[in-house]
Amino acid sequence: MEAEAKRETSINLESGFRGQLRLFNSQTERWSKFIFIMPTVLALLFLSIFPLIASIYLSLTNFKFVKGGFQLRFVGLNNYKDLLLGSDQKNFLGLLAPMTPMRWIVLGALIAALFFYLIRTLLKTRISLGGLLGRIILALGLSALAWLAVRTLGPGGRLGTLSVTLVFVFLGITIQYLLGLGLALLASQDLRGRRFFRVVFLLPMMITPVGVAYMFKMVTDTSMGPLTPLWRGVGLANFAWINDPWAARGAIILADTWQWVPFMFIVLLAALESQPTDIVEAATVDGANSWQIFRSITWPGIFPISLTLVLIRMIEAFKIIDLPNVMTGGAPGSATESLTLRAFINWRALDLGSSAAVAYLLLIVVTFFATAFVQTIRQRSLGNG
Amino acid sequence: MTPERRVIAFLSFLLIIVALVACSAPATEAPATEAAATEAPATEAAATEAAATEASGVSEINILTFVGPQVAEPLQRRAPDFTAKTGVKVNVITVPNSDLYQKALTDMATGTNSYDGFLFAPSWIVDFAPAGYIADLTDWAKNDKDLQWDDIGPFFQDFNSYNGKIYSIPVDGDFHLMYYRKDMLEADGLDVPKTWDDYLEVAKHFQGKDLNSDGEPDYGSCISKAKGQQAYWFIYTVAGPYIQAKGSHEGAFFDLKTMDPLVNNDAFKRALEVYDETTKYGPPDELNLGVGDTRGLFLSGRCALSLDWGDIGTLALDETQSKVRGKTGTSITPGSKQVLDRSTGKLVDCDATTCPYAVDGVNYAPYSAFGGWAGAVNASVDPAVQKATYDFFAYMSSPAQANEDVTLGKTGYNPYRISQFKDLDPWLKAGFTEEEAHAYLGAIENSLNNPNMIFDLRIPANHQYQQEELDSIIASFMAHEIDKDQAAQQIFDAWQKITDEQGRDTQLAAYLATIGAK
Repeated sequence: MEAEAKRETSINLESGFRGQLRLFNSQTERWSKFIFIMPTVLALLFLSIFPLIASIYLSLTNFKFVKGGFQLRFVGLNNYKDLLLGSDQKNFLGLLAPMTPMRWIVLGALIAALFFYLIRTLLKTRISLGGLLGRIILALGLSALAWLAVRTLGPGGRLGTLSVTLVFVFLGITIQYLLGLGLALLASQDLRGRRFFRVVFLLPMMITPVGVAYMFKMVTDTSMGPLTPLWRGVGLANFAWINDPWAARGAIILADTWQWVPFMFIVLLAALESQPTDIVEAATVDGANSWQIFRSITWPGIFPISLTLVLIRMIEAFKIIDLPNVMTGGAPGSATESLTLRAFINWRALDLGSSAAVAYLLLIVVTFFATAFVQTIRQRSLGNG
Repeated sequence: MTPERRVIAFLSFLLIIVALVACSAPATEAPATEAAATEAPATEAAATEAAATEASGVSEINILTFVGPQVAEPLQRRAPDFTAKTGVKVNVITVPNSDLYQKALTDMATGTNSYDGFLFAPSWIVDFAPAGYIADLTDWAKNDKDLQWDDIGPFFQDFNSYNGKIYSIPVDGDFHLMYYRKDMLEADGLDVPKTWDDYLEVAKHFQGKDLNSDGEPDYGSCISKAKGQQAYWFIYTVAGPYIQAKGSHEGAFFDLKTMDPLVNNDAFKRALEVYDETTKYGPPDELNLGVGDTRGLFLSGRCALSLDWGDIGTLALDETQSKVRGKTGTSITPGSKQVLDRSTGKLVDCDATTCPYAVDGVNYAPYSAFGGWAGAVNASVDPAVQKATYDFFAYMSSPAQANEDVTLGKTGYNPYRISQFKDLDPWLKAGFTEEEAHAYLGAIENSLNNPNMIFDLRIPANHQYQQEELDSIIASFMAHEIDKDQAAQQIFDAWQKITDEQGRDTQLAAYLATIGAK
């Protein structure tokens, strides 16, 4: 009996100790995740969130030297107002041409198409409140862009930094994607010397963008550059691409394409190589031609990777600054001035408020396009699935 | 390898790294001392050096300036001599011109103070001096026998002072000048352009002709018009004589009572027309050319006319890069026979009342664009370091050094001392003939002594007025995105906005003070 009682107490004691240990363990387990995650959270707060908030404040102020240092004077939304409606509108949005009947018709058609799409999706699918809100924002954002395009393109209008950036992003990425895909398809064939070309195609990506910019500045210089004899040969010795807005934009897109095609190429090549060969072989046996194979087998296989690729490039391309800054400084006029370059010019001249406001508007635009892109894709893949 | 062994291996690796890092500090210092010992042999210099270092306790100073080769070159070349003399090592840190202002400002405003001195534009001292960022150098400069402050041209003395106190030591004097191909003008029996209309005529005459016998057509006029570089100065070189006629204190930028910009008028619009027309007689990509490019073109004999600072004059002597040695003429920038009537905004003909300083009916207004490079001292660093930094700038600016540096094209420095105009020896040594030296110095002196010289803008936020707004709008105009009326209106609006933001009264007071208006 006694011995039994002793054992019982020891069991009780043991279980009490174990219980405490378990409690301690569960406590540490609960806290340890916070403790382990804390350095990252603090680093993120310090490096991302704090600057984000500080720059919001900066965008609402004006910088001024005063006795003994400097002062940030609060001016409310004035910097934003200047960019969208005031004296900086011509730089940011561009020169808005007066609305002609033709412009009204085009704008009307574009907006009608957008709302037709919106209403059709609303009627066809059941969507949540968030989805509805997202779509309304998308339609409104795209309508605003359509309005901007109609007012700034064509006679009397001129693109502003916002539209110029969009041109760099969408035109540039389209060309880069198509070229990258073409090269990847070529390099995935069983051709002689493909290993060599794979390395060669990758080289431009390794070069710093400033280096690329200087190189293209020289190459496109028709009167003093290394290719002058060539330009002279084709009768372009006295042509300066810098004098024409679209030629200058073209030169920058050319340099950007030269640098970024390799990125598209390498990822698409990996995607192509990871495709199972048996389906392709089966299709070949069934007598499908190469276009049919590409359309029905290869393309669906590389589609998801292509989307990620375009998204990554898009976010990156919105920040373009090195190329226009070195190649043209934003000239002719403001024809090649990207949003980041404008923010940089303002910052350089100590107009910190305007600079932060431009950067914030850029953030909004990037977020809008990235979200719209991801959502559209998701809907589409859900629909397809 | 077992996990324990891996841990032990890792820890040993770590230990070795720590040991290496710990040892490396004295290890790197040791060769440095050795190098110093070998550099300065045991002579008097070494003794002075040791004594000076001990006395000041300063071993090195950091100077921030514009990326070389010009401007930074003399600092780098002369730094070892200064070190031998004083024992203070000079580190010259260079950044692109367009980043210089921000770099200097950020360093001082955030209290980083990693730079002890700055070689930058003296027009910036109006921002930095009242903020208390840069040191008052008046006592040192005025009592420095080697520096000879009084030998510095009165205009440059003034340009480097704020509220009567000296804040920067000049090492360079800057004006816009006109360069022309003497041989070509003489061969075709043309006069040196006196007005901007003459300039256009001569440029038109030579456009497309072969000027350097290489069989290729060349250009009438080469002006740096690249956006984000120097274009915003050249427009005022053209506009100056149309706007300002009654002396420097009349100012060319703002109305003296209302602080309204003097751009929305016939004078500035005429200047825009002239500036635009020069593009017709220039290289096809002139809108993308910096001064380095236009200098290269002029030196290779491809331009009949060019506007520039004093550099082409000295660079032309260097036959390794110049094909125009002995063929280059220098002159005050062209003037105008008509001038702005400020009450009506119209152009009126020059007469004794409207253009009191006119020569043969032509009103000249040379533009002191930029004003020359000058050294300022960070006020927040140790006083001994401040003194050492001042000493270095004073050393660079002393006639013993400066009078040689201004004669060398590679320095980017142009004359600013009275003795540099009087003493021809350094110029002859540099390769000028007596006639060339007289012509070159004469053109600069002509500008420097001109009572109607235009003082560059030196009011708070001058960066925003010129480098941001004026530059962007001029670039738009040159690209024909906007016409001259829109350009004038846009500059007017943008400048008014900055003036209002900064405070109209304080800006007006600063403007009046910097042009010496009553």
